Amino acid sequence: MPFVTPGTLGEYDVIVVGSGAAGGQTAYTLAMEGARVLMLEAGRNYVPESETPMFHRPGMAPLRGTSTTDKPFGFYDATVDGGWQVPGEPYVNTADDDAGRFDWWRARMLGGRTNHWGRYSFRNGPYDFKPRSRDGLGFDWPITYEELAPYYDRVEMLIGVYGASDGLENTPDSPAGCLLPPPKPRVSDLLVAERAKRLGIPVVAGHRAVLTRALDHRALPSKLHPGNAYAQKILASHMQSRAACFWATPCGRGCSIRANYRSTTVHLPPALATGKLDILMNAMAREVTLGNDGRASGIAFVDKTSGETREARARTVCLGASACETVRILLNSKSARHPQGLANSSGKLGRYLMDTVGSTVFGQIPLLESLPPHNEDGASGGHRYAPWWLYKDQLAGKLGFARGYHIEFGGGRLMPSLTTLAGIEWVTNGSYGRKLKDDARRFYGSFMYFDGRGEMIPNEDSFCEIDPDVKDRFGIPVLRFHWKWSDHETRQAAHMQRTFGEVIAEMGGRVRGELTTDGAKAIVAGRLDHSRGGRRHHGDRSREFGDQSLGPGLGRQQSLHHGRCGVPFQCGQESDAHDHGARLADRRPRARADAPKGIMK
Amino acid sequence: MSGSIRIDRRTTIKWMLAATAALPAMQSSALSAELLPPAKGYGTDPDLLRIYAPGDLWPLIFTDANKRTATALCDAIIPADAGSPSASAVGVVDFLDEWISAPYVPQQQDRMLILAGLDWLDDEASRRFGHEFADCSVSEQSAICDAICYVPTAEPQFAEAAVFFARFRDLTVGGFYTTPEGMRDIGYVGNVALAQFDGPPAEVLERVGLRGKAS
Repeated sequence: MPFVTPGTLGEYDVIVVGSGAAGGQTAYTLAMEGARVLMLEAGRNYVPESETPMFHRPGMAPLRGTSTTDKPFGFYDATVDGGWQVPGEPYVNTADDDAGRFDWWRARMLGGRTNHWGRYSFRNGPYDFKPRSRDGLGFDWPITYEELAPYYDRVEMLIGVYGASDGLENTPDSPAGCLLPPPKPRVSDLLVAERAKRLGIPVVAGHRAVLTRALDHRALPSKLHPGNAYAQKILASHMQSRAACFWATPCGRGCSIRANYRSTTVHLPPALATGKLDILMNAMAREVTLGNDGRASGIAFVDKTSGETREARARTVCLGASACETVRILLNSKSARHPQGLANSSGKLGRYLMDTVGSTVFGQIPLLESLPPHNEDGASGGHRYAPWWLYKDQLAGKLGFARGYHIEFGGGRLMPSLTTLAGIEWVTNGSYGRKLKDDARRFYGSFMYFDGRGEMIPNEDSFCEIDPDVKDRFGIPVLRFHWKWSDHETRQAAHMQRTFGEVIAEMGGRVRGELTTDGAKAIVAGRLDHSRGGRRHHGDRSREFGDQSLGPGLGRQQSLHHGRCGVPFQCGQESDAHDHGARLADRRPRARADAPKGIMK
Repeated sequence: MSGSIRIDRRTTIKWMLAATAALPAMQSSALSAELLPPAKGYGTDPDLLRIYAPGDLWPLIFTDANKRTATALCDAIIPADAGSPSASAVGVVDFLDEWISAPYVPQQQDRMLILAGLDWLDDEASRRFGHEFADCSVSEQSAICDAICYVPTAEPQFAEAAVFFARFRDLTVGGFYTTPEGMRDIGYVGNVALAQFDGPPAEVLERVGLRGKAS
């Protein structure tokens, strides 16, 4: 029985808390290599194949599908029981102004936050692993790009990522056989590429986790599971169950044909097929429990169906509950031996919280007006993007901020939503009647957006901790956030605004409204939810959160691999997808030496 | 009158001013609490596959008089022409009713603005022409609409009415172009499964000056 109840738990090697990108990949890898795994998910089961409103038009939804507090990214967004606020599960901000607030996106459902993201899937480059060595800011990772690269290869092969290798600075190429071919560009992609080039901005194929053709089920399984015939067979079968993109329907709704990545269509089905993975829904993790030897022995959780607190036990515990929820669980795991919470002898747990720097400019491009109708749905998100291009100027100190951003852009002739033509009077001077209908025919397809998605430098003022007073409806203490951007981020946001204005002008277009050159106003406040950090991994022991006293029960590798190696969580409109931090990092421990291979039924 | 809610003119004006200022605090005012029917949203886990119609989820509050004026204004904004039907002919008035009746804060703010604006429209038509907006000729309707159709150039005495018109136009346009008829009119040809994605046709590239540059 893959889906279990609190009363039917078996014996497990590993408990994985969370079913999203981190939990999904962890459970997949362990189960495929023979470990017995129990996954705990705080929300309900969700079946993409039968619950995804693939071809529904906005007119079939309440309020034309517009965002509400119940469905913050629109009615058809795949996230259910989630958002910036979850009923009965509050969190606290020490400041309520935009600049000092952190908005925390959560998804209480199987698949977690992989249900809502832009599918942008980039690799960190070599500079990103040693930023302090390069510019003196932030922290170096204890690993290099070269050490992580083979795991990027494997993740790209497993989940399916389209893109190209362009030989650009700090924008790694993938080895042959890792990436799927990128989709053909839309007309706006070609126009942006031609005009941005005049400004020195490279526009290349986007990297997104969408199958532009079926995965190679003959070649890939043996590369992903060498020597494990049983895992190869399961994966080959699963890969054949994933169809290539049929060039319609927004990725943000999920995908019933499994053409894009989410945990529930890629990681969990083969893991379940091994028979080694059990999943317990509606299990709200409270804390890591310790055995008499002081090692992690399991997870205490609230069974939401009964309200009772239960405990699940295993030899190893992995927390993949998201950057912030994982910190919360560890901080709440207090004991006489660990009075500051688990894995926190340094006091650094919850520190150096990061988000993605974001800023947006909208424009209207006369060259794209009144074009003959043609289908631009494509792969739903960006077919092209611009990676950061000013490394040399930046290192020379010419920019006034230390880290870069990439540009996502789009628009065009996508399925009209309630807001596609909202505020159209900025180009029509207030037309109505037959003139407005002619204007709509003329201007539809000529609007574009440019989103900057940039790197934040970890700082001492952005962190989370346990609030001393507030508890959620389960009685579990909640997080309290502190947040502050530095000048590096606000100046970067101002640079985005100026740059996007230049690109739009170079295209012969006009900017909607005014460019925001005050960086503090240009930066998107606490709303991108690409939260990362909280658990650092560093060669300098004094700045590392890790706890040497834990022993193998809560192994460092298991607890660390989803720290700064953020996994891609993004927030945007259905077709407005982005993530600079979309760093698919697979830094799991290799298959356990004692795990039986290829013999499971 | 259908009799569900009758709002006196003085209240209407207060609402309109408050709504125009778009003050979130208005939501907690006794005024709104007393007049808004209790209704629940669709919750955080609605059935995403079901096809919804206005009125399925919360009671609709347009009166017959509201509908009559809203229909006239919808069709002044999106009239029938050779390319497509009018807004009201494809259900946009029902959508507006659903919208302003919804139990969410932004929609409740729009409710204030739109109910007040529709009343203002009839008052203005009566003052100028001696009958309500829906009974106006096209030229009479245009005389009013011309005064309020663009916020930046509206005369000061029409400033609030122009804000109402802009919001009403956004909802009408959004409601209309999300229907199959509106999508067809505007030239949206997607939302169909394709065997391959071909990118822009040559004719499109030609128009944009990119012929031969597709890759």
